[in-house]
Amino acid sequence: MIADSRHQHLDFLRATLATSLYPLHYLAALPSRLARAIDGRLATEGELRERNRALQDENLRLRARMQTFQSLETENRRLRTLLGSSFQVGKRVLIAELLEVELDPFRQQVMVDKGLRDGVYKGQPVLDANAVMGQVIRTNPLSSTVLLITDPAHSLPVQVNRSGLRAIADGTGLINRLRISHLPEDADIRVGDLLVTSGLGGVFPRGYPVARVIAAGFEPHRSQFATVLAEPTARLDRSHEVLLVWTESTPPPAEPETPNIAATSAQAASRSGVGDDDRE
Amino acid sequence: MTTPTTPPRWLPFATVTGALFLTILPLPFWAEPYRPQWLALTLIFWCLTQPQRVGVFWGFGAGLITDVIQGALLGQNALTLSLVAFLSVELSRRIMAFPAWQQAVSIWLILLLERLIHLWLMGATGYPTPSLVYWLPTLTSALLWPWLAALLRVLCLRTSPG
Repeated sequence: MIADSRHQHLDFLRATLATSLYPLHYLAALPSRLARAIDGRLATEGELRERNRALQDENLRLRARMQTFQSLETENRRLRTLLGSSFQVGKRVLIAELLEVELDPFRQQVMVDKGLRDGVYKGQPVLDANAVMGQVIRTNPLSSTVLLITDPAHSLPVQVNRSGLRAIADGTGLINRLRISHLPEDADIRVGDLLVTSGLGGVFPRGYPVARVIAAGFEPHRSQFATVLAEPTARLDRSHEVLLVWTESTPPPAEPETPNIAATSAQAASRSGVGDDDRE
Repeated sequence: MTTPTTPPRWLPFATVTGALFLTILPLPFWAEPYRPQWLALTLIFWCLTQPQRVGVFWGFGAGLITDVIQGALLGQNALTLSLVAFLSVELSRRIMAFPAWQQAVSIWLILLLERLIHLWLMGATGYPTPSLVYWLPTLTSALLWPWLAALLRVLCLRTSPG
């Protein structure tokens, strides 16, 4: 029974059942949705003015940063083409709302109200406003299930933002802890370091913040690796809205004068070159 | 204790669906660990009062639906609820002869066994062992049993024909 569900045979059964059970999910999520709607209706004018002003301020600040971003992006793209680097990440996002239903209490999963109908696919990265939250593991026509990065079954390739050191962040089953495993005792990682996605797994786009290191130590009597714990920067237990991201790794534009095979080998070479740079 | 009249066929379906709804209804954070095992309780009631109509297959089906709805491993709840249904059908004559508090205790034991098997399954699939809070729902469920049973019995009498 259990062995079967590790394979793909039962996916069809699960999908069919889940689709027919969607009304139940919808009903269960209704009270909290209504409560929030009523809360929004009852806001006073003063509060709304206040919120409006705060949002405008934030918008102004973000736009100011955006201006510099645009020039940086064009520069980055130019440099990448100079290097002959292969990929470019075009991003499309979709905002989804969490369905507030209780799933298996000992797993770190959430349900969102967008599904196959909106083009959600298995393995799609999910972010909130601050950082990476998890990835889609099951899709139904109207909803999908997201596995959070803190689930014990989830691992995610990360990179220390300061030193470029690469590592794997494993979930612990606690909503606010990640464990960085298999780092040697002299690894260059400190408390307060920001971990970002390294993009190596091919699931998550590169360079999104994941977690902040809160403890780094070495206990020789317990294990020969360093014990490093980190706290996710995403608000995993408090977000109402999440972002579903489409990462389209577009193939490199083939240069007209070189034949295709040469282009791919050059690309492979440049890729491995980039990898070497990362390691240092 | 036994219900003399047979309730209509749709009643077990309706109550099990209601129990499923209560299982996934979001609760405030402090109340989360106390959530009773609604589905198991409802199932036990039907197995005890209608052992010839509701049995292991009901447990399996309801468990499978719970697995899907909660995103658990397919078969996890199906296994434990089948066991619950089997035990309650087997012990129905004995348990129905008990006074109310003794019934609650025996149901508590069945629910403890259900949690224990759940724990084994979690261990086998690589999940960390939860804290002692894990066992709290069995207590709230056992305390809830007399009231839930009374409520369902009234429902049976009201809806039965004649």
